[in-house]
Amino acid sequence: MAALIQLEHLRKTYHTGEVEVPAVCEVSLRIEQGEFVAVMGASGSGKSTLMNILGCLDRPTSGRYLLDGVDVSDLGRNELADLRNQKIGFVFQGFNLLSRTSALENIELPLVYSQRSLSSRQQRERARQVLDVVGLADRAGHHPNQLSGGQQQRVAIARALVNQPSLLLADEPTGNLDSATSIEIMGVFQKLNDEGISIVMVTHELDIARYTKRNVVMRDGRILSDQPVAGRLNAAEEMQRLRAAQQAVQLAS
Amino acid sequence: MRIFATIRTARRALFRNKIRTALTMLGIIIGVAAVILTIGIGEGAKAQMEAQIASLGRNVILVMSGSTTRSGVRTGWGGVSTLTVEDADAIRREIPGVSGVSPELRSAAQVAAGNQNWMPQILGEGPDYFDIREWPIVEGAGFTEQDVRGANKVAVIGRTAALQLFGGESPVGEIVRIKNVPFVIVGMLAPKGLSVMGTDQDDVLIVPYTSAMKRVLGVTTIRSICIQAADSKLLPVVQQQLTELLRQRHRIQPGREDDFTVRGQQDIADMANAQSATMRVLLAAVGVVSLIVGGIGIMNIMLVSVTERTREIGIRMAIGARGHDILLQFLIEAVTLSALGGVIGIGVGAGASKILELWKSWPVQTPVPWMVVAFLSSAIIGIFFGFYPAWKASRLDPIDALRYE
Repeated sequence: MAALIQLEHLRKTYHTGEVEVPAVCEVSLRIEQGEFVAVMGASGSGKSTLMNILGCLDRPTSGRYLLDGVDVSDLGRNELADLRNQKIGFVFQGFNLLSRTSALENIELPLVYSQRSLSSRQQRERARQVLDVVGLADRAGHHPNQLSGGQQQRVAIARALVNQPSLLLADEPTGNLDSATSIEIMGVFQKLNDEGISIVMVTHELDIARYTKRNVVMRDGRILSDQPVAGRLNAAEEMQRLRAAQQAVQLAS
Repeated sequence: MRIFATIRTARRALFRNKIRTALTMLGIIIGVAAVILTIGIGEGAKAQMEAQIASLGRNVILVMSGSTTRSGVRTGWGGVSTLTVEDADAIRREIPGVSGVSPELRSAAQVAAGNQNWMPQILGEGPDYFDIREWPIVEGAGFTEQDVRGANKVAVIGRTAALQLFGGESPVGEIVRIKNVPFVIVGMLAPKGLSVMGTDQDDVLIVPYTSAMKRVLGVTTIRSICIQAADSKLLPVVQQQLTELLRQRHRIQPGREDDFTVRGQQDIADMANAQSATMRVLLAAVGVVSLIVGGIGIMNIMLVSVTERTREIGIRMAIGARGHDILLQFLIEAVTLSALGGVIGIGVGAGASKILELWKSWPVQTPVPWMVVAFLSSAIIGIFFGFYPAWKASRLDPIDALRYE
């Protein structure tokens, strides 16, 4: 069976004036269905560029990218749009929700652009289901500016899930969140991964990476190391530990 | 499918910037209102003109005496009296397509009745005149062939002259003195209103042409001949034959100018139309220019809107919007702006027409087909001027759009 993601000698070069800046070079990587991978590295290591290519937002300069066995570099703009819509769910660091649009309508958006046509009632129904999955059923009518950062990110995750993609890509999903909320979000990811969704996540936080199953470390556009996570953290347990610690602090004061 | 969702999105985007939306639409509103008002005024004037031309009667040809050239000096029409009653009789006798002939004289003269006096137009006419001009007599009767033969002192009076001389009283049977010659009024005409040239056609006293020649003016020639053709198709033939007959009777050598002028009703209508057509073209140009300016306003705002919402476009693309989804979204916004502006503009234009009609009592007519045309052209302007910004939005690179701050 073909791997979910297969990168072969992937290279992405940016042209800044006269100078060629290699952002990703000679990256070969294979990710199977059901994996939970953290791509790590310092800023400028090429991890975000890699992520954009994986998300079909950007095209590699050379090399091959096979998503579910399909060579993405052969596809046109519309086909890439359909891939982003159907196969991939994207979660951004800055949430990227449409402002002045309710949580529910934000989640419906990928359904609106879907080639499978659902009635507006079915769309609403489906959006409510995924909002329930991320535990925000009671916030359906709220606008992003009425939600906390963690809630906004959960709405963004729900939006990424609404078309039942096989791959969830997250670019620094906890970058704008405090540690408790970060654990919360990682809990959501772990639950989704347990249900069979493959997740690739970019982060530069070591402790966040420990919630995943496999860590890929990049430097200067190349893969430095690639190994399974030893001593993987469980978000539910960590959450309990954190609460206990907070209680202890409160009691002490 | 998702067109409704797209329309909803467009509506929301427009509602978000109410003042901007209103100002952008204002350009289209003014343009469409100007076009509607212009067409309304033009159509109203045209309808009035047509009514006036129709009031001349149907298939009417006018033969006027003059102009002659005498040692290089050209006199105006009727400047020299070259037409005679015999000419009129010859026309009646020899041209088959003619159904009515009336020799005409015209003069303004002081008229007295009782202790009132007034200066109406005095027309000398034949008994056919009332039929030719389709001018009904509401009281009494017209004069007859017998009155013409006897040069009887009878007159038919128009509404305006009757009001001036007799007030509200019935004029029929009363005596009027035209240049001190007493005439009996035998009939009163229905009101006819203004002529194409803007004169009051009802300020007249019509007497048999013989009476006018012998008893009032003391002349032996007539000024013009009013002729009616039996059918509109015969008009060119009759006009041709008339000219030949009169040239022959007046012994005009080939190559010399006519000493009379033949004018059809159509000539008069053409003249009047040419004037109003110039005006209409001018006003329509103003409307079209303001529509284009409005369209440029829409384009400008849509370009700003696309730039402002680059990030939104990026988000939509990242979650699977195709280029044409984005294109459609912005195009619908532009068309909504212009079409809504068009509808409001039609309303404003129609309202202004109504006000003008009531206030200035201008005959303003706004035909519905033109409203549809105005609406469609505003929508087309939306598509035309909205396309470039929408296309620009749809060609954005998702990754660049997402990074845009």
